[in-house]
Amino acid sequence: MDITFLLNGETVDLTGVAPTVTLLDWLREDRGLTGTKEGCNEGDCGACTVMVTDQGGPKALNACILFLPQLHGKAIRTVEGVSGPEGDLHPVQQAMIDHHGSQCGFCTPGFIMSMAVGHQTGATDHDTQLAGNLCRCTGYAPIIRAAKAAADVPAPDWLRDAPEARADASAEAGRALPGSSDALARAYEQHPNATLVAGATDVGLWVTKQLRDLDPVIFLNRCDDLKGVEIDADCVRIGAMTDMEDLRAVMADLHPSYGEMIRRYASVQVRNAATIGGNIANGSPIGDNPPALIALGASLHLRKGDTRREMPLEAFFLDYGKQDRLPGEFVEAISFPRQPDRLKCYKLSKRFDQDISAVCGCFNITVTDGTVAEARVAFGGMAGIPKRARHVEVALEGQPWEAATITMAQAGFEQDFTPLGDMRASAAYRLETAKAMLERYFAEDIGGAQSVLEIAP
Amino acid sequence: MSVTIPLPHDAARMHVTGTARYVDDIPTPAGSLHLAFGLSPIARGRITGLDLDAVRAAPGVVAVMTAKDLPFANDVSPSAHDEPLLAEDEVFYAGQPVFLVVATSHLAARKAARLGDMRFEDLPAILTIEQALAADSRFEDGPRVYGRGDVGPAIAAAPRQVEGEFELGGQEHFYLEGQVALALPQEGGDMVVHSSTQHPTEIQHKVAEALGVPMHGVRVEIRRMGGGFGGKESQGNALAVACAVAARATGRTCKMRYDRDDDMTITGKRHAFRIAYRAGFEDDGRLIGVDFTHYAICGWAMDLSLPVADRAMLHADNAYYLPTVRIESHRLKTNTQSATAYRGFGGPQGMVGIERVMDHIAHDLGLDPVLVRQRNYYAAPVGGGAAPRPSASPRGISNKKEAGRVTPYGMEVEDFELQGMTNALMESSGYAARRAAIAAWNADNAVIKKGIAFSPVKFGISFTLTHLNQAGALVHVYQDGSVHLNHGGTEMGQGLFQKVAQVAADRFGIGLEAVKITATDTGKVPNTSATAASSGSDLNGMAVKAACDTIRDRMAAFLAERAQADVSDVRFADGRVFVGADEMSFAEAAAAAYQGRISLSATGFYKTPKVAWDRIKGEGRPFFYFAYGCAVTEVAIDTRTGENRILRADLLHDAGASLNPALDIGQVEGAYVQGAGWLTTEELVWDDAGRLRTHAPSTYKIPACSDRPDVFNVGLWGAVNREDTIYRSKAVGEPPFMLGISAWLALSDAVAACGTAYPAMDAPATAEEVWRAVRRVRDGV
Repeated sequence: MDITFLLNGETVDLTGVAPTVTLLDWLREDRGLTGTKEGCNEGDCGACTVMVTDQGGPKALNACILFLPQLHGKAIRTVEGVSGPEGDLHPVQQAMIDHHGSQCGFCTPGFIMSMAVGHQTGATDHDTQLAGNLCRCTGYAPIIRAAKAAADVPAPDWLRDAPEARADASAEAGRALPGSSDALARAYEQHPNATLVAGATDVGLWVTKQLRDLDPVIFLNRCDDLKGVEIDADCVRIGAMTDMEDLRAVMADLHPSYGEMIRRYASVQVRNAATIGGNIANGSPIGDNPPALIALGASLHLRKGDTRREMPLEAFFLDYGKQDRLPGEFVEAISFPRQPDRLKCYKLSKRFDQDISAVCGCFNITVTDGTVAEARVAFGGMAGIPKRARHVEVALEGQPWEAATITMAQAGFEQDFTPLGDMRASAAYRLETAKAMLERYFAEDIGGAQSVLEIAP
Repeated sequence: MSVTIPLPHDAARMHVTGTARYVDDIPTPAGSLHLAFGLSPIARGRITGLDLDAVRAAPGVVAVMTAKDLPFANDVSPSAHDEPLLAEDEVFYAGQPVFLVVATSHLAARKAARLGDMRFEDLPAILTIEQALAADSRFEDGPRVYGRGDVGPAIAAAPRQVEGEFELGGQEHFYLEGQVALALPQEGGDMVVHSSTQHPTEIQHKVAEALGVPMHGVRVEIRRMGGGFGGKESQGNALAVACAVAARATGRTCKMRYDRDDDMTITGKRHAFRIAYRAGFEDDGRLIGVDFTHYAICGWAMDLSLPVADRAMLHADNAYYLPTVRIESHRLKTNTQSATAYRGFGGPQGMVGIERVMDHIAHDLGLDPVLVRQRNYYAAPVGGGAAPRPSASPRGISNKKEAGRVTPYGMEVEDFELQGMTNALMESSGYAARRAAIAAWNADNAVIKKGIAFSPVKFGISFTLTHLNQAGALVHVYQDGSVHLNHGGTEMGQGLFQKVAQVAADRFGIGLEAVKITATDTGKVPNTSATAASSGSDLNGMAVKAACDTIRDRMAAFLAERAQADVSDVRFADGRVFVGADEMSFAEAAAAAYQGRISLSATGFYKTPKVAWDRIKGEGRPFFYFAYGCAVTEVAIDTRTGENRILRADLLHDAGASLNPALDIGQVEGAYVQGAGWLTTEELVWDDAGRLRTHAPSTYKIPACSDRPDVFNVGLWGAVNREDTIYRSKAVGEPPFMLGISAWLALSDAVAACGTAYPAMDAPATAEEVWRAVRRVRDGV
């Protein structure tokens, strides 16, 4: 495959690229740019963070789970390209020195890149911007001091990248890199055994950890018509290639609790790559989006060739590792009805930020005149698939919205779920905290802070 | 003066520009090869078949080696020769290296390493404390026991007693840079090894054994590690030896780095402990006697487990005088990764034991836990006094050891700082008012409970293996006045190189820019100890000082003679050398000395005075001095789910007269967060077959950015070291790690607000463990 991108301001044309070479390996092994580090090779530590600019502006991404074809037409900055041409330091670099933000220094290039992106975009929620960068030495305090200190210093001119324009001319970089959903539909129908790569935050690990050879591969990153969220009076429709960071912004307005849950979903670097379509299509029982979307009554839109079908999202998940998706069929979009916001999403994990849920419970309970009119309750982490809590819903519906109802409905969880125990949580903990989440929903509804995240010192 | 200045890390600019070079960043010659291990999938078994044809046939594979292919020693153990590089007849843990793949790329080696067809006869694996005790599977013949007095009757006769038992999990180092080594074959069979190691001499030693050459045939170099935390004290041996034997076999440069999952699966971690305790005490909380049993899970090989378990025993007192005490320590051999050094080296585990006892006593009596702690503190030093103090020797006053000042191992605590530090922290943290406010909050809130806790640290400084307390340095002054600095310590981020450079600059009266910090190199300074036990600055600072002073004295003598001045009138300051009324630049002085045929190169050597220790008897002075610290942490917990957060931490730490306050505060902040992580979110989980399930950051959760305390106040105490250390500073690498214990105690305090029973929490206090404890307390168990 032939691809083109900008690297630290210079055009790079690559021919005959093997599709699953990661940007990190290419930078370090082929280009000798060793400033970008490998810490975990799975997108969890941020040591390999780079800045990637496309039409949407600069973004932080993990180079270790980014395949070269995903970069076609974009502009990349590594830590080697953050200082000025005369060696002038970027404000975040200077601040990191002044505030003693590096000790062993191995995570530092990744932090610098995340900070440079945050600086460029004016983000001041530093904890969130840096949740995907692990540091084992400093305890983070001096890094945050540095980020704050640099915030008001103007961004240097040399860092303003534009996407590589020439790549747009070669709209079709071959079958593996379709430029539209129509082209994708054709290619995938012809090669239904192909692996679809959206953001590669999951498929990337098939390559870097499971060491699988993926062939053939079809990259979806050029299918712009699959990106974006359409909101009209009745419906919200999310294109499958909408990344999680874009979805977070949308949900922060529509359903703030879902937006806040997405804020804790992975990290900025992963959200900038991960797509809603991928999170659904991979069928993970611990993906955080399906429970929220099921609770919102979402429909899934699938396409194979020119044939489209639609189903309630929960119907897509048949069994552990098994989805109702035909060979050559792909997720085109997800939609859900506009509705008053009654959704609460509770994500329970060992660490608040950037952790996979032990339990993710989503509650959408409509109360009319003191009575539960409708309840949609869905969970991740409680079964082999994302699953509705039907007994709980039934126990709630038609009942007065009061503590006794909650207590009664809690028993339904034992009929709905038989969770497993694993390294994230025991079965008993999962079941009991699922019950507790319903209690929390009720308590929040009648008022008062119910989470330690809302407590100030 | 270049010491005491808060200069940035010497490599800070290189860190932020990505130009700081780590082992994996070193350009390698064309044709370099890459290595990966094939790992045992089972925890224990006899190897019955090893079919590696598919491995050999895999793309890019150049060679495959098993134990039989090793030319000389098959051992990477730092202690007991019980750790083969490659398994021989049996495997002893899931993840043990069985064969070695040599291939043309890192990826090719990793892929091929998964193709081995290994067959085993399963043998029963020992995975739990119960199994180990039942099988009497242990290192050393039986438990080691230290103590004082007859603890059984003392506890029985005490007005009150508490007892309990809890689990204390291990900890993955999670250095951001994984283990890595690079071996470059030289002429005549020599080998140069770049290793990410805290212990270059150990690497040199093990590589020499594996190659069948004297140590002079191996040179080991390390400029910096991307974090160590004890995890690179012995765990780098396997990679360096593998690279060296493969380089010898192929004649080509060989590099090995563990993928993160392999790193976590193969390498040792902090020792998990179970601690059982029984204590008798007065109605006012003063201890009469305490009896501890430590069960240390040491894993399959001895590694450093004996001194780790010893140090846990030596910190079973922490800051408290224990009138009668017994500590029984079981070092259990299990079929899991061989537990190894980790920041604190057993000290944290021992300390958690006594802090738990203090907490339990305070709960039992309904007293403020700070008060109980203060009542049990070691007595203040003879002469007392406020900081900073002159360096008078308290020993001069009396040779008799004072009651209330002697540790269970018979060492007098001569430098106890905690009375003053505790008072200062109580004041600065507003402890009393906040404790009252938290009680009020808890009375009003059923779901979110808050907790606050204080804990002190007294940490012994010195290697308990006395002979390790030595260091060497090599300093050159060039004729242009620039200085080449080398010593046996290694840089892992702690700022050792900068601190020692500050010492060198100060001795010569020159600026830091004139001092070149260079990579640790076994060819420059031989027979070094690991950079461990917090000793880096103490030992190497002194050795460098000695080397610099030798050169400086030679220069002074020469310049004095030349100017017909008295040598005592020669002064080095501000980049100038003053000889009586004359003055010149340091560079001019160096040039003159060179032309006067004065040697401008010197070694320096240092050995720690006063230490002497009998580890079998458990008696003596294992430590030159103690470093102190104390912390107050406030937390909130969600009683529904156990979710919890640190809201605020106030730390006060004793770094003596700090060589570099910025670097020291960095150590304190970072150590606290790492210590709190150990006791909260960092949970290691093995399955029933002995396979580690938490072998990547996706499942093993070190603190992230938002896990640091919202309010984080960190101060240095500032009293000078009473012992004659380098500029009267104190070691700072490990001691503040244990300030994190206050976070665990604060969680316990919050849980205690849910009922009347004692929370009796295990560690780590994950959300699930807090949730369990809340239920226990509510049920009144």
